[in-house]
Amino acid sequence: MADQEITLMKGNEAIAHAAIRCGCDGYFGYPITPQSEVLETLAEQKPWETTGMVVLQAESETSSINMVYGGAGCGKKVMTSSSSPGISLMQEGLSYMAGCEIPCLVVNVSRGGPGLGTIQPSQADYFQSCKGGGHGDYHLIVLAPSSVQETADFVDLAFELAFKYRNPAMILSDGVIGQMMEKVVLPPFKPRRTEEQILKECPWAATGRPKTRKPNVITSLELDPAKMEEINIRIQKKYAEIQEKEVRFEEYMLEDAEYAICAFGSAARIAKKAIEDARKEGIKVGLLRPITLWPFPYKEIDKLSNKVKGILSLEINAGQMVEDIRLAVNGRIPVNHYGRLGGIIPAPDEVVAELKKMMK
Amino acid sequence: MDIKEIIQPENLVYQKPELLNDTPMHYCPGCSHGVVHKLISEVIADMGMADKTVGVSPVGCAVFAYKYIDIDWEEAAHGRAPALATAIKRLWPDRMVFTYQGDGDLACIGTAETIHALNRGENITIIFINNAIYGMTGGQMAPTTLLGMKTATCPYGRDPKLHGYPLKIADIAAQLEGTCYVTRQSVHTVAAINKAKKAIRKAFEYNMAGKGSCLVEMVSTCNSGWKLSPVKANKWMEENMFPFYHIGDLKDINQ
Ligand SMILES: Cc1ncc(C[n+]2csc(CCOP(=O)(O)OP(=O)(O)O)c2C)c(N)n1
Ligand code: SF4
Ligand SMILES: [Mg+2]
Repeated sequence: MADQEITLMKGNEAIAHAAIRCGCDGYFGYPITPQSEVLETLAEQKPWETTGMVVLQAESETSSINMVYGGAGCGKKVMTSSSSPGISLMQEGLSYMAGCEIPCLVVNVSRGGPGLGTIQPSQADYFQSCKGGGHGDYHLIVLAPSSVQETADFVDLAFELAFKYRNPAMILSDGVIGQMMEKVVLPPFKPRRTEEQILKECPWAATGRPKTRKPNVITSLELDPAKMEEINIRIQKKYAEIQEKEVRFEEYMLEDAEYAICAFGSAARIAKKAIEDARKEGIKVGLLRPITLWPFPYKEIDKLSNKVKGILSLEINAGQMVEDIRLAVNGRIPVNHYGRLGGIIPAPDEVVAELKKMMK
Repeated sequence: MDIKEIIQPENLVYQKPELLNDTPMHYCPGCSHGVVHKLISEVIADMGMADKTVGVSPVGCAVFAYKYIDIDWEEAAHGRAPALATAIKRLWPDRMVFTYQGDGDLACIGTAETIHALNRGENITIIFINNAIYGMTGGQMAPTTLLGMKTATCPYGRDPKLHGYPLKIADIAAQLEGTCYVTRQSVHTVAAINKAKKAIRKAFEYNMAGKGSCLVEMVSTCNSGWKLSPVKANKWMEENMFPFYHIGDLKDINQ
């Protein structure tokens, strides 16, 4: 079947193809390394001639995210992608969309910071992605792919979750996954929803008011504190439900493990190699890879801490996810962090050395 | 004569527009915002487009525009309305999409979104309430504040050495290839109101005909910000605003 064809492509290209195939209605973006291939691939594919998907290069990331806001508010399946500095510019829009409770997909192919930083890969946007990023009490649903295949698969999944919970979803990739070429089976084609389907599925959307209903208003504003508190409580309940139902993670060689590495995205790939090497030296170590960074697998790490003697958080940053691991572990066992900064990728032998340090 | 004979359609001289609901407006007495809301409501109803219109409200005194006009709305972040409108129109091309923005929202924090949406020729209308001040936040200087005009953040009068010069967004918009209709109107007299209504209608019709972007600037009063009674504010506007912000069409591709 043509749909099942294996192709070789970059993570960024896979995002573009997956978006077209999952029936995305609109993409709005602004060039930035290392993710520009997303918009470039879409421009080359011309989906407006095939599926009718709108593709627009905006004047800034501020504008991209607000185009996404407009599109999401009228019930469409819309997305943007960028890299760290651009994602910083989008925080206002993300906060508004979380407040309006409207769905969208934002892809961050992250690079090293702070500031203009480097165009090399980094995972230093964990805090920004998982802890709010913009103003107010809100969360994004955050998926962290560790292969090109997962990148492609998560586009549809992220949209599904975003629409299910009416909340922005993010794919937190990085320069490694975005730029790396790998084998991938692209998801099958799904037609874009028809006008009728959108009106049925999104009765809240601002699409023009027939006489039969009240106006639909997409807003995050409420000046009455009692009502605003109610809205916030409702949103928090939704977050609790997401935490209950949507945690995703992968376990690797944990059955007999005495030590565990926790790593996500590209760092998890390095962790797997380090685990193989360590096991050759007789160190019983496995991996817990959070796939959803928010909701975070606190319960699973809590359980893990009753089984292993220590956890090493391997991140390509100065230690961000390690804070969540420590929360889950609650002081029962040592939790260390190892990471490299500024666009340097940690090597497996460094990780093995770090494991040995923890075992002493 | 019996009252029933008087209440006849042919005798009707004034009616509340059907799309303007009964929610009490929060606007100060004499403020232009309310009049422009009325005109927009009338035009949408006259065109029979209520079920096909999406408005984008700003951050500014008109943030609650969606509470008064019974159509679907999206409430944008400060300055970003043209970006939202761009996407709505592109994703629902048969809809009539407009933004409603103040001078702080449009000519300052959202200048980039405004210029680029107009320059791309998005088939949207931007209704621009230029009252030369930040009304909502308590009367601070706007990019449109006139030279010498006193506001909370230029209490000694706007000084070009300190604050630069007032920005004529409509003049810039008229230069852009993407715009098809750029006009400057006001709503301080019945005659002006009638012209302003025609301008809004023309803009909406151009959008639906796919001719490009429209900007309808309404040179407006802010009684609270200017600290003038409604009558005095209208007079001050005629004497001070109109000589700088000339009323009339700046561009009409059909002329
Ligand atoms: C990002 C951001 N910055 C500042 C504000 C505060 N603020 C609200 S309205 C406004 C100015 C509104 O002035 P204008 O657009 O001229 O509208 P008017 O009230 O005069 O109609 C400002 C600065 C805000 N809400 N958001
Ligand atoms: S503050 Fe100014 S712009 Fe705002 S409602 Fe009052 S008069 Fe109108
Ligand atoms: Mg103003």
